[in-house]
Amino acid sequence: MGNKKKTQYRVVTGPEGILPPAATLMGISLPEEGEGLVEGEIVSEAEALEKAAIALLTRKNPTLFPGPLVLWGWNDHTDEKAKYFFDVANELPGIRIIPMPDYRPIYPKIDPEAVINPCHPNLTVLHNKIEACVFIGVHCHYASITLKIIRAGTNCYTIALCAEAGHEDAMASVPNFDIEKLIRFKDTIIKVKKNGIKPLYEGLGIVPTGWSQIASLKGKTPIKPEEELVEAGVSGAFSNELESGLDDNAE
Amino acid sequence: MSQDVKEKMESKAKPEDAKTGAAAQRVVDPDYLILEAPRKKEFITGSEAAKESVRRANVDIAIAYPITPQSETMQQVGYLYAEGYIKDYYRGEEEIGVMSAVAGASRAGVRVLTATAGPGLMRGLEQIVSWPGGRLPSMLLVMCRVVNAPLAIQPDNIEISYLLNSGGIVLHGENQQDFYDYPLIGFMVGEKPEVTLPVAVAVDGFFVTHARGWVSMPAEDIKLPPRDCYHEAVPMMDNENPPIRISRDSPIQKSNFISYQMHAAWQQEIWAAQERAKKWLNRWLGGLIEVVNPGAKTMIVASGAAVSQGREAVRQATEKGLDVGLIKIKSIRPFPTEELTEALEHAEKIVIPEFNYVGWLAKEVKAAIDRTDRIIAGPRVFGGMTMPTELILETISASE
Repeated sequence: MGNKKKTQYRVVTGPEGILPPAATLMGISLPEEGEGLVEGEIVSEAEALEKAAIALLTRKNPTLFPGPLVLWGWNDHTDEKAKYFFDVANELPGIRIIPMPDYRPIYPKIDPEAVINPCHPNLTVLHNKIEACVFIGVHCHYASITLKIIRAGTNCYTIALCAEAGHEDAMASVPNFDIEKLIRFKDTIIKVKKNGIKPLYEGLGIVPTGWSQIASLKGKTPIKPEEELVEAGVSGAFSNELESGLDDNAE
Repeated sequence: MSQDVKEKMESKAKPEDAKTGAAAQRVVDPDYLILEAPRKKEFITGSEAAKESVRRANVDIAIAYPITPQSETMQQVGYLYAEGYIKDYYRGEEEIGVMSAVAGASRAGVRVLTATAGPGLMRGLEQIVSWPGGRLPSMLLVMCRVVNAPLAIQPDNIEISYLLNSGGIVLHGENQQDFYDYPLIGFMVGEKPEVTLPVAVAVDGFFVTHARGWVSMPAEDIKLPPRDCYHEAVPMMDNENPPIRISRDSPIQKSNFISYQMHAAWQQEIWAAQERAKKWLNRWLGGLIEVVNPGAKTMIVASGAAVSQGREAVRQATEKGLDVGLIKIKSIRPFPTEELTEALEHAEKIVIPEFNYVGWLAKEVKAAIDRTDRIIAGPRVFGGMTMPTELILETISASE
């Protein structure tokens, strides 16, 4: 081979720098069915699921980022997949759920406790001090972008449970992630705990994150109080204008 | 309207149960259609080969702006519409309109085809280079024929140099057979979820499009599976299912609101997707390159019609007792850097014949391999000239 041969590249937790390379272009290949990808190396699906489970159980502020493909009720399959998604969440002590409801830029300021956005996913990760996360139900293009930005500027261990071919830019990834694999992932988490991995957090279940989820659990309308908006430096009037949004259909 | 077209239009009006056109075809696995199905040879033009490819490609819509002089490729595709193999055929206002309509059709989730050449490609380029960023699978056939004045309809593939940095996949066919095979492969590769990119299939006009050659094809009663737009890298525009705004307001339309880091990562992802296409191109193209006489000390590296001339040059050189081999580059984007590096490791001399003035292929090869002093960047013909094999042989001899 010539002198332009690529060196072995590893996809590890960052911060890697302002613009990490696309792992694909550093020679990292996607896994086939039955395989997984851990830090750039092809492993068995079981090993990838185990590494993902350990990261979620032992790193700080583990968080699930469900994307539109499981968050919205597109069809019966989506509804069913969401149910098994919660089964996984309930096995992870201290887990938070922060959705990526769509991919539009959130302007002028994201609420990092309420959502994650592919335009600046690092803000949500840094604000919540998230050190392990799962992307599921995110369209691949936006997932890949998000994974690169997180690797660039945070120390978060990223896991991509992808319904398609998987993601080289995640620290752990499994392709063709259907309901059966969600069940296997839940079983893997239970097995890992039984085998002696002590979870960082106590108990079971989902920890509400941010003002909106907390308000909902208390039976209140999840609208941020005006005084908190002012404290946060956002004037009420400005906020209300944004809330009504632009009328896209206006001539 | 000619009598021929009238008859074909009338034949399209037959009821659905008559099972003509696409309705009479059955969907088969891409591996079967591309690699395994029994084939028969026909002696047809390149444009007719493209037509036969499109017939089996399960295309939803063809979009084009008819212009003279180009090739009859889109006219042939028009016959397919008349025969009921394509659901719709839209004539754009001009090439910017055509390429914009291609983007719209692709975003709506259908399989879309267009074709252009020369100045038409240049006019549509503004839109064409936006397709990869939009992650819009589509098929662009390019019948190369010079972009600059004076114009020609003879082969000169300078067009391809303008597509190299677009972000899309670019395949360069050698002959009529490739112009049949490559579009089918391109549709399947570009629509893979991890790829989700437009594909351009270029051939050197006139030699390929207007001339006849033997083309081996399976029966016309089989076709590719339809585009599966719900399993791609970005959400397609679905006005039937909420929340449609996911696709309506993609960040790409609001670049001043997104982070610079996202914009950068977005561009990285386009080129990463190209890299992922290699796996599928290898599977269906039989490799990004073809190597003839791999151990030869002198290697000709070519793409397009120059490959055919290179094959003949190898034959004549072998008769003279010279040790000459050939590498056919099938995929220009993604570029076969590793494959070329390996295949040329032993070569003492590398000759790169091209049908264009600027020598874009020689520049690509120079950027890919080491010991570039081995490269002889020529011979080149342009403006529609033919390339006698003597030119290649003289170039080899002159460097002895």
